[in-house]
Amino acid sequence: MADTQQANHPHSAHDAHGHGEHAHASFAHPMAPRMLLGVFAALIALTIITVVAANFPLGRWEIVVSLTIATIKASLVVLFFMHLWYDKPFNALIFVASLAFVALFLGITLIDSREYQPEIEQRTIEHVTTEVAAPAQ
Amino acid sequence: MSATVATQSAPHPQADAPTNYLTVTRGWRSWAFTLDHKRIGVMYLVAVLSAFLLGGIMALILRMELVTPTRLFLSEDLYNHMFTLHGAVMTFLFIIPSIPAALGNFLLPIMLGAKDLAFPRLNLASFYLWVAGAIFFLLAIVLGGLDTGWTFYTPYSTTTNTSVVTATIGAFVLGFSSIFTGLNFIATINTMRPPGMTWFRMPLFLWALYATSIIQVLATPVLGITLVLLAAERVLGIGVFDPKLGGDPVLFQHFFWFYSHPAVYIMILPAMGVISEVVSVFSRKHIFGYRFIAYSSIAIALLGFLVWGHHMFTSGQSQRAAIIFSGLTFSVSIPSAIKVFNWLTTMYKGSIWLATPMCYALAFIFLFGIGGLTGLFLGALATDVHLHDTYFVVAHFHYVMMGGTLIAFLAGLHYWWPKMFGRMYHEGWAQLACFIVFVGLNLTFFPQFIMGSRGMPRRYARYDAEFQPFHVMSTTGALLLGVGLVICALVLWQSLRRGRKAPANPWGGATLEWHCASPPPLENFAVAPTVGDPYDFDGLVYKGEEEGYVFEPKKQPAKREAEPEPATV
Amino acid sequence: MASIVEPEAAATHDHHGDHPEFLAHHFETPQQQYDTGKLGMWLFLIQEILFFSGLFVAYAVYRANHPEIFVYAHQFLDKSLGAFNTVVLLLSSLTMAWAVRDSQLVNNRGLIRNLAITIACAFLFLGVKAVEYSHKWDIGLYWASKFAPTAEHHGGSMILFWLCLPFILISVALIAATVVSKQKNYEQGYRFYGILALASVAFFVGVGCGFVVPAVAGSDSHGPAHVEEHAGESDHHVVATHADPAHALADDVESPRNAGIFFSIYYVMTGLHAVHIIGGVIALAWLLWRALKRQFQAEYFGPVDSVGLYWHLVDLVWIYLFPLLYLIH
Repeated sequence: MADTQQANHPHSAHDAHGHGEHAHASFAHPMAPRMLLGVFAALIALTIITVVAANFPLGRWEIVVSLTIATIKASLVVLFFMHLWYDKPFNALIFVASLAFVALFLGITLIDSREYQPEIEQRTIEHVTTEVAAPAQ
Repeated sequence: MSATVATQSAPHPQADAPTNYLTVTRGWRSWAFTLDHKRIGVMYLVAVLSAFLLGGIMALILRMELVTPTRLFLSEDLYNHMFTLHGAVMTFLFIIPSIPAALGNFLLPIMLGAKDLAFPRLNLASFYLWVAGAIFFLLAIVLGGLDTGWTFYTPYSTTTNTSVVTATIGAFVLGFSSIFTGLNFIATINTMRPPGMTWFRMPLFLWALYATSIIQVLATPVLGITLVLLAAERVLGIGVFDPKLGGDPVLFQHFFWFYSHPAVYIMILPAMGVISEVVSVFSRKHIFGYRFIAYSSIAIALLGFLVWGHHMFTSGQSQRAAIIFSGLTFSVSIPSAIKVFNWLTTMYKGSIWLATPMCYALAFIFLFGIGGLTGLFLGALATDVHLHDTYFVVAHFHYVMMGGTLIAFLAGLHYWWPKMFGRMYHEGWAQLACFIVFVGLNLTFFPQFIMGSRGMPRRYARYDAEFQPFHVMSTTGALLLGVGLVICALVLWQSLRRGRKAPANPWGGATLEWHCASPPPLENFAVAPTVGDPYDFDGLVYKGEEEGYVFEPKKQPAKREAEPEPATV
Repeated sequence: MASIVEPEAAATHDHHGDHPEFLAHHFETPQQQYDTGKLGMWLFLIQEILFFSGLFVAYAVYRANHPEIFVYAHQFLDKSLGAFNTVVLLLSSLTMAWAVRDSQLVNNRGLIRNLAITIACAFLFLGVKAVEYSHKWDIGLYWASKFAPTAEHHGGSMILFWLCLPFILISVALIAATVVSKQKNYEQGYRFYGILALASVAFFVGVGCGFVVPAVAGSDSHGPAHVEEHAGESDHHVVATHADPAHALADDVESPRNAGIFFSIYYVMTGLHAVHIIGGVIALAWLLWRALKRQFQAEYFGPVDSVGLYWHLVDLVWIYLFPLLYLIH
């Protein structure tokens, strides 16, 4: 199907050399349909697994399990749907780097907010009791 | 369409044709819809200078009010508005875009040897986003002003009845202008380098812009989301930062400084890049430690992300985080010091030419030294608790932002002015302006260190009488600074009207922008330039009849290429 | 992001003989243009990631410090609708990836078909989202300052109607544009508006799914406060605020203090995600227009690729939002 259409496009003609039946440019990387469908099937399967897993009382592990599954799904999307597996290493580098910066932002803010939380709790309780007491006078 | 005028009607840039990017097309449309990075750079230059004028007038009003401890002409309320807008305008509209968007836009493709930036339309869009952001800021002034400080701290910013949302939209839009500029620069440097332009043949200004762009792309979106949440807080009351609804105002500060501390390096890194160029050219000596300066730019960009908590030592951050941040803060001083030492070593035994750009560069090194070293006082947890929110902090960041970025911006402006507009300015007057600016800056801000260490709090309209002598000194300095900048502006303006025509290479620089005509033709290079070592001045000879330098490559540049920078190791 | 990938095709003044029309004047080769556009798009995506990161940080901070709010609030979120929308977005990602493949192989019909399905999925997603929002607002589950859960429904279908209204207008406008284009024999416009009109109808399919899916899945979407709808009831309670935490504490013993914070985060996260979906629809429509004009060629498919990357990122955000918001215990 693609091959017949390609004949209309003069610019693509010289690039078709050496690519056999595929009529795409040397820098294009078309994903095979099997691959696309396989990734999609895996994503759906993981969605089902995570929904089912949510019905079990996993306690503290619940967030770990659901985020692990989410990360596997995200990796599939990034690596195959977004072609990062085949892409220039620099694009992968900046993507991973951005995640590192998110981790930094999240990590330090989380550590800090947990540290000062007891102080906030203390003050809120004082605040609430005075507010409740206030109308009584 | 009109967007295409600039490109379509371009005649071939023949060597003998006198057309350049300024004269190739005419009419306001050829500017408003231009896709040429040089014209966009010039438009940015005009825009940021107008913002600087506005912010500067506000600064002078503030300083005048502070001559007396009691009210002179500003109410406390108006004073709050004035310092907020001074800060916001100077930060978002002037300093952040000053060097990257104005000078960087003009020079990056030329120094790289490319025809344009990677995404010319996006570049124009960034400029218009800047304009839109500026309009929102002006609207905020009209619609009730802004009195939160440029930092928009909650919970005050969610409760004050000034036009926070308008200013927030303005800052959000300006943020995206900045992001798109950074994105464009990274893409250009990565993919548009011509053959021969390897990473380590890039001028250090480009390394600095690259490092800046990394911060712009990674940090600015966090400002975006912070401002979205702040606006939602005010409009809807989502409560994420509002303690009344169970929110956490310290979280706002984490969000804000995750952007705004790296943003400090958006402001200073390009300045350091300019100084690297100027110091080498005017010492007529190969830059010392090229790779160290290049890597230290990247190091500053990355380390800049690790230290945001040092703005929060006294605002409810936990002790553990404060200690970690205090320790990490000192790490930034290492790459900064590397740069300073390399500049000094470059000058050592060089034949220093004290032209105006070099005067500014020397002023930069001195002022940045003071600004940087006082930063260590503030980074140290124990002293910061004493100095926090005093004039010491004000003095520190003005030494870095004005003594650093503004001075470097002026250095760059004087250095590249002949290239941008094809005219030479009056050297003597320009040097006088530089001297007055230097004296004025020190007189303005040095007394503030003393006041601050004695307890004068920042952002106060009234103060104890004991501080008055320092405030009077500071105001005198500010006026002097203003006079210096006015002289500087007049000198440059005069050069446009009466200036001698500039040669292609008035300073004897070896980077690629000096290979093309002054001003450059539309597509920058009539003939593709040969890329060599950007700091090799051996082939440059002064030609009296040209009143500038020409390249005479008789000293086989190949020899140098064989052993790259032996001096660095 | 449109301007990142758009070439200066119109502006190209061809001084080099071998400079194809789609290649902007400052690029040497189609591959250089493609690589540059792609890098630009990746940089745009990482700024998107950092943009969303703020929301994830806010989520993490409140979940770590107030888990009781999240445990309480999750029961108001319908797992079956969340899962349904996840599948819809995953499907749209598949068709988007397939559209990229089609554009690389210059299979224009396939490209148009896959773009159309992707747009339809986006509308479907938004339809479901509208039902979810309206269910919550019906029972007073607003963001923090307006948060006032009640046992009764207020305003009923009116909220859903107002959420649907923009989409009704869009669909009507698209259908009108299709008819006008047909009458004027404007083939390109007829096909473009026609495809978009069909796709926009998916929004209303989504609204239908919003009611059918929970019923089929047998899940109770509205938590303990859920009762039958009372259409037409006055909605003055909806605007009544319980901003004062002490008041809320005394008033409603069932909900933990500051439970509204969860819904604030929920609305900001899903709201900004929805804004990105709408942005994606506009970008996809632009691709559709260009695909109908047959502008994509073997060496020029960068725009499809770039919009595809953006669309997958929107999907990626949802992949995390779904377990974080819907699957809590």
